[in-house]
Amino acid sequence: MSEPLLNVAHLRIEFNTRRGTLVAVDDISFDVMPGEVFGVVGESGAGKSLTGQAIIGLLEPPGRIAAGEIRLDGRRIDNLPYGQMRRLRGRQIGMIFQDPLTSLNPLYTVGRQLVETIQTHTSMNHEEARRRAVALLEDVGIPAADKRIDHYPHQFSGGMRQRVVIALALCANPRLVIADEPTTALDVSIQAQIILLLKQLCEQYDTAVILITHDMGVIAEISDRVAVMYAGRIVEIGGVREVVKNARHPYARGLMGAIPSLHRRVEKLNQIDGSMPRLTEIPSGCAFHPRCPQAFERCRRERPDLVRVGESQVACWLYGRTS
Amino acid sequence: MSTSGAPQTSGGKDILLRVRGLKRYFDVSQPLLNRLLEGKPRQILRAVSGINFDIQRGHTFALVGESGCGKSTVANLVVGLYRPTAGTIEFDGQDLAKLQRRSELAAIRRKMAMIFQDPYASLNPRWRVFNIISEPIRAFGLLDDKQAIIDRTAQLLTQVGLSPQDGQKYPHEFSGGQRQRISIARALASDPQFIVCDEPTSALDVSVQAQILNLMSELQQRLGLSYLFISHDLAVVRHMADRIGVMYLGRLCESAPADTLFENPRHPYTRLLLDTIPDIEMTGRKRVPVAGEIPNPIDPPTGCAFHPRCPRVTDVCRRERPHLRPVADGIMVACHAVDAPDHLSGSQAAG
Ligand SMILES: Nc1ncnc2c1ncn2[C@@H]1O[C@H](COP(=O)(O)OP(=O)(O)OP(=O)(O)O)[C@@H](O)[C@H]1O
Ligand SMILES: Nc1ncnc2c1ncn2[C@@H]1O[C@H](COP(=O)(O)OP(=O)(O)O)[C@@H](O)[C@H]1O
Ligand code: SF4
Ligand code: SF4
Ligand SMILES: [Mg+2]
Ligand SMILES: [Mg+2]
Repeated sequence: MSEPLLNVAHLRIEFNTRRGTLVAVDDISFDVMPGEVFGVVGESGAGKSLTGQAIIGLLEPPGRIAAGEIRLDGRRIDNLPYGQMRRLRGRQIGMIFQDPLTSLNPLYTVGRQLVETIQTHTSMNHEEARRRAVALLEDVGIPAADKRIDHYPHQFSGGMRQRVVIALALCANPRLVIADEPTTALDVSIQAQIILLLKQLCEQYDTAVILITHDMGVIAEISDRVAVMYAGRIVEIGGVREVVKNARHPYARGLMGAIPSLHRRVEKLNQIDGSMPRLTEIPSGCAFHPRCPQAFERCRRERPDLVRVGESQVACWLYGRTS
Repeated sequence: MSTSGAPQTSGGKDILLRVRGLKRYFDVSQPLLNRLLEGKPRQILRAVSGINFDIQRGHTFALVGESGCGKSTVANLVVGLYRPTAGTIEFDGQDLAKLQRRSELAAIRRKMAMIFQDPYASLNPRWRVFNIISEPIRAFGLLDDKQAIIDRTAQLLTQVGLSPQDGQKYPHEFSGGQRQRISIARALASDPQFIVCDEPTSALDVSVQAQILNLMSELQQRLGLSYLFISHDLAVVRHMADRIGVMYLGRLCESAPADTLFENPRHPYTRLLLDTIPDIEMTGRKRVPVAGEIPNPIDPPTGCAFHPRCPRVTDVCRRERPHLRPVADGIMVACHAVDAPDHLSGSQAAG
């Protein structure tokens, strides 16, 4: 098996607040292989976005990496000086956020933004960079790209803007793209267009993707492997089919059963009672224990770590080690 | 089809809500002075441009469609928050526009309630939950006795899975799902027969969504409620609805029983939507997404509004707007490419 492109080991993200230190991401580890689509799912507040922000070095204070390491191609990137991190961003790691407007400058034409980004990361002259920008806009499916390149972001629809952002993320041909809820703000018919586009382009450019979303349908559609997060922890990592069809962790299994299906009607949706705890009240032991139908004594006391179960990794006392 | 007398029946069905030719236009023109200076014409946005549907007593009728197609406008029209530009809304056989006396209107209004998407915005943050929930009871003068109101509120809270003590708290002390439970309790306070639910779970996480959808189904069965259920999520709609209307740019393009719609979608837009939406079933089939953009409702395409994106478009589609007409028993489609059998094509029934 090849070496991982990205390795996250024991990452811990904390916030210092007046009421003490909050742990938002607690000791998570995973690898992303070159060219793969790695999905990160979980309900809001699980720590998905913070994980993505930590990888690209965009954690906003008071958030900070309190422990752990992040490596790209074996090289540590979590402790790089600001300037080096900025060069890495865009060149090695591209990003796509939920709201395309946060990635686009409303005052510049999309052409100017693309050309500048391309020139920052390559030795192309203006002419060449502009030709490349038009080609990229064509790749992401903008009709009449040679004309639209001189338009401003507000002159594009939401779906078109997200296409421009994808072009921007891919323009330096990065090894990894982090896409945080890239289709959540879009209409359903447009979502499908964007997801397929992302998948196609990343195959074409051999770019790996970390796809962060709460939409299991999107994950099922395009990712190769998935990590399921709950209350700042990864509770299960596995191949997408394995996790969607045969989740092992009680939370992951409950979550899959709670999602209504387009193709099948059930009398009653599977229901996980209660809701995810706030950061100030994360339960002891396994954070899921107050909601878990299978919880037992040990779950309240000791925190389970990921252990290998078949092809997957699961953090639950029902699996692996015996006590 | 008769238009008066209560309650209405058609084909043995007990119709609670009957909507005919419903339209709502908005004037979105620039202020007059700007228009004169810049020589711009008036701009009319046709949010809802003529729709018909029936809701059977005890059933759920769902409206689906993409952002801006007019779903919320229909919801607001039905509960009387907007006045129709044209068309009629009959509830329990009574034309709402013809009710003159306030007492008559109030008697009907208390039988209808609404739940909104955003459980944060729709609850007054300065009121205790007790006051929020009992407000319809007081507004409609349903109970006078203080103890009776307290008892009824406690019962409502219990019914939605909260405890009577929660009445003393404020909305911000609850999670999103719990706030939606409070909205539901308030909606139930006037003992309605019919609830309009506009994206009731769109702001919630999936595990919480499942709790709320299960609660709504359970209440429907227990209290015999009818729902107008609005969502952009087709899987949620399939789970909840008996009958579904698919909207596109202010009009219905298909309306059919839920199972039929999913098993045999007929309108090209419905087909494409069902083909492209990511789903957890992992059938591994190749997706062909709906091409193109959602058009602007101020300047809709000529003929069939879907024609710029439709794979089956022909010349007639660009010229003539297809009418919603029955194409099989209980199935209505607005498309030139979908044939209606002879015995149905003559009838203008709910078309
Ligand atoms: N008060 C208003 N004034 C002007 N235009 C309006 C008004 N209310 C709605 N519209 C317009 O009418 C159209 C339909 O809006 P509506 O809110 O019904 O859509 P929707 O289907 O509920 O969309 P969403 O899924 O985004 O909630 C939109 O183009 C909207 O901008
Ligand atoms: N600046 C901040 N201060 C305190 N807590 C924060 C801050 N930013 C995020 N959090 C908390 O960290 C947790 C994880 O957040 P996030 O990664 O954004 O979740 P999601 O999985 O929804 O993307 C949440 O509980 C969130 O409230
Ligand atoms: S460790 Fe215990 S509480 Fe946690 S998911 Fe497993 S069985 Fe449930
Ligand atoms: S009427 Fe024509 S354009 Fe409209 S949906 Fe039918 S085939 Fe397509
Ligand atoms: Mg997030
Ligand atoms: Mg709406």
